[in-house]
Amino acid sequence: MKSYDMPIFAALIAVLLFAPLALYPVFLMKVLCFALFAVAFNLLIGYVGLLSFGHAMFFGFAAYISAYTVKSWGWSPEFGILGGTAVAMLMGVVAGSIAIRRQGIYFAMVTLALAQMVFFFCLQAPFTGGEDGIQAVPRRPMFGFLDISNDLVLYYVVLVIFAAGFLIIHRTIHSPFGQVLKAIRENEQRAVSLGYKIDHYKLMAFVISATLSGLAGATKAIVFQLASLTDVTWQMSGEVVLMTLVGGMGTVFGPIAGAAVIITMQNYLAGFGEWVLVIQGVIFVVTVLLFRRGIVGEITAYLRARSAAKAAAAAGAAQTA
Amino acid sequence: MKLKPFLLAASASVLATAAHAEFTGGVIKIGVLNDQSGVYADLSGQGSVWAAKKAVEDYCKENQCPAKIEVIFADHQNKPDIGSNIARQWYDVDGVDVIVDVPTSSVALAVNNITKEKNKVHLNSTGGTSDLTGKACTPNTIHWTYDTWALANGTGTALVKTGGDTWFFLTADYAFGHALERDTAAAVEKNGGKVLGKVRHPFPGQDFSSFLLQAQSSGAKVIGLANAGGDTINSVKQAAEFGIVQGGQNLAALLMFITDVHALGLQTAQGLVFTEAWYWDMNDQTRAFAEEFAAANNGAKPSMTQAGVYSAVIHYLKAVHELGSDADGAKVVEKMKSMPTEDRVFGKGHIRADGRKIHDMYLFEVKKPEESKGPWDYYKLRAVIPADQAFRPIEEGECPLVKKG
Amino acid sequence: MFELLGIPPQALFGQLLLGLINGAFYALLSLGLAVIFGMLNVINFTHGAQYMMGAFTAYMLLQYLGIGYWGALILAPIIVGIFGIILERLLLSRLYHIDHLYGLLLTFGLALIIEGIFRQQYGSSGLPYTNPIPGGTNLGFMFLPWYRAWVVVLSLVVCLATWFMIEKTKLGSYLRAATENPTLVRAFGINVPRMMTLTYGFGVALAALAGVLAAPIYSVNPVMGANLIIVVFAVVVIGGMGSIMGSIITGFGLGIIEGLTKVFYPEASSTVIFIIMAIVLMIRPAGLFGTPR
Repeated sequence: MKSYDMPIFAALIAVLLFAPLALYPVFLMKVLCFALFAVAFNLLIGYVGLLSFGHAMFFGFAAYISAYTVKSWGWSPEFGILGGTAVAMLMGVVAGSIAIRRQGIYFAMVTLALAQMVFFFCLQAPFTGGEDGIQAVPRRPMFGFLDISNDLVLYYVVLVIFAAGFLIIHRTIHSPFGQVLKAIRENEQRAVSLGYKIDHYKLMAFVISATLSGLAGATKAIVFQLASLTDVTWQMSGEVVLMTLVGGMGTVFGPIAGAAVIITMQNYLAGFGEWVLVIQGVIFVVTVLLFRRGIVGEITAYLRARSAAKAAAAAGAAQTA
Repeated sequence: MKLKPFLLAASASVLATAAHAEFTGGVIKIGVLNDQSGVYADLSGQGSVWAAKKAVEDYCKENQCPAKIEVIFADHQNKPDIGSNIARQWYDVDGVDVIVDVPTSSVALAVNNITKEKNKVHLNSTGGTSDLTGKACTPNTIHWTYDTWALANGTGTALVKTGGDTWFFLTADYAFGHALERDTAAAVEKNGGKVLGKVRHPFPGQDFSSFLLQAQSSGAKVIGLANAGGDTINSVKQAAEFGIVQGGQNLAALLMFITDVHALGLQTAQGLVFTEAWYWDMNDQTRAFAEEFAAANNGAKPSMTQAGVYSAVIHYLKAVHELGSDADGAKVVEKMKSMPTEDRVFGKGHIRADGRKIHDMYLFEVKKPEESKGPWDYYKLRAVIPADQAFRPIEEGECPLVKKG
Repeated sequence: MFELLGIPPQALFGQLLLGLINGAFYALLSLGLAVIFGMLNVINFTHGAQYMMGAFTAYMLLQYLGIGYWGALILAPIIVGIFGIILERLLLSRLYHIDHLYGLLLTFGLALIIEGIFRQQYGSSGLPYTNPIPGGTNLGFMFLPWYRAWVVVLSLVVCLATWFMIEKTKLGSYLRAATENPTLVRAFGINVPRMMTLTYGFGVALAALAGVLAAPIYSVNPVMGANLIIVVFAVVVIGGMGSIMGSIITGFGLGIIEGLTKVFYPEASSTVIFIIMAIVLMIRPAGLFGTPR
């Protein structure tokens, strides 16, 4: 079957290029950061079948690193973001090599527990500023000339980062490496008997996912000029699961759609207070029970069914004629 | 009485004529940004929104409104990114002129920065961090009701003076807890008391019995709880269980609000001492305010922070009225600092150059169940901390606005 | 040696005892999780919320019906257990045929809903609940509140009774057999779905019981279970979900270890369980009492 991924992606980027004309750029940047986070998360759940319940540790900790290096060490933002991403990668290696020893539900619980450890570390370590977080991170010129204190300029920088991250994931999925991952997801025993060192593949996927989650977090710290405990809590890990689930696990564009829906909802329902939590829970439950394929998954399935029906109808018409 | 609902409804947007004044968008727009659902919802939440609306209503009744005034609110869920997103959007898109309340230090500091960047006004009532008038102070922020330094210092000083001269700290192990412990210990030692020891507990904690036993065996007269929220409630509950107060030791909570006492119940909370800026049962005016508040908020009495929102909004309206403009945030704040504050709830006071609102603070002791006349009758006054000693001396704050000399 | 570290052995006994008491909560909660997991293969993320519901039900029984602690100790687990049974019948049972991860996601969503509704209704500051057995006794090395003694005794009894029921009775053997091979057990004429429903209800009731036990000493608020449950997950991972006894022993054992950490290095007492978890996973990926699958 022909892949429409690239044309759709090009269209999406085209829309995003002009989106700031209609929407508030800071809001859009938030959506992009979370979309990248969800896309990175989806690599694990969608293509390896591993549900991580601790991805906030990479997202949040990278945010701290990028905020701290930029604010206290005076690094320029591009190095801050790179630094945060690199640290997330190292964490991915450590956490990954512990977690991939277990599968399924155990894997989820182990990642959750590891993330909780990172949370406690961030809470107690002096450099994170405890409850205050790291505040007033300066938006210095990027690469020495890009004035990112202008929201619009920064928006296009974030868009580039998002597109790069997306392409890396897309490339990974469609490489031979990605095919092995899918083989592991479908049948781990068979992949083992085919001679694949599945632990290496799993770890590699885990590290890529962690790194790009870190990239998303580090970028978010620059956008919001702060890093705080919120981003390392287990609730944040749950939120990225929700985004991916709602958009469609294992679909290319699902996580992006999911992130857009959830962030928009949080933004516009902010006045409803506690009901946001309840609504998120209801979405979780309804999606799990009724729309397990998520928004994008359901649409794809619908389109496929329709084209199949059309083909069948055409074939039927040909027969009767 | 029958008029009340009508007045309340009308208070959301009060119309008045103001021919000459220049207000951005023709409206004075007040944004109440706080916690509507989380741990600080009872302390701020809808009660603060009510207080802001009430302030507008009262102001317009006494003086003619300078312009159309609107009060809007949102829930920052105690998350700084959500809070800063709302603040930016309010300033950039929705034409909000002033953001009030803002609990949770991380969100308060974020709003503090954005407000300066956009040159608007931030009147913080529920946030605790004393950095707002210290390292992070800006010409656009006023910290109204309390800060952690004032609570720590008030409790430390007043207790030592009334005999509690040996201390043991139970400290939440993160920056906030450390700051509370440091500031209190400094006050204790300055007044001739002694710190016998301390133990740092993880945050958030569940079981404090082990730490309480360590505190008990230290023999200190006062056990200072340098923690907040659920941790404080758990410590107090378990201290009662282990008979610590009955054993003759005093429990001093360094960050506690009337809503926490309400949650604990007097049976458990009795004997607890702590500092607050305001209590509803202090005089006829505060009682009247509390009654109006209770009628609109399911019988609850206002917390000091909700009262602070009222007081701050009144003063803000006075300043913009006199200026005839709300466009330049720094100018409005400058005007507010130049005028003495006075309102029926907080009485008289003034605002310092670093943005610190100055008033008396009070050391309260929680009543025994038999002393209380009913729900919300919780405190007896143990000491007044006079305004000139209640807050951190301006030169110690490291606020860049204050010229050294 | 202990004196060298500045802690007299007497005080150490006290701390050990306190650790054991905290372990009682871990044990009750991880036991409930283990029972549910053993039978349904579902990690019950709602467990923390159901623990919270137990405490709130006790509060509501007192507030609205005047039923005190002792009545609540019986009634609250039954009420919350029935609630659990309804959840299982209406929602959870629809997911048994697909990947168990969906069960985890569903219960996670349910936890958000329950917590949100309680927040909406009762705020977050917490509610008062009076200690039914105040006072205590001086053991010489420490003051032991009667209530703590009661908690540790009751939870030991409940844990051992549960173990006995599952490992040593006929009903238990059906349960275990149904976990291994549901089709075969069904062939014997046993109603497996109903057994699963009741098992879930029972596990939930255990969580609610822990909640009632916690009400007089811990803050009763809507998020009381949310943070605890993650620690309990780590306890479960350390113990390995293989055996009922494993979860009981790990629960009490980790309570003691945590108690000791609070004396020697209090700053680490929230992380110690997670550190142990990481070490255990590196040495025995299946957990201390688990069998590799």
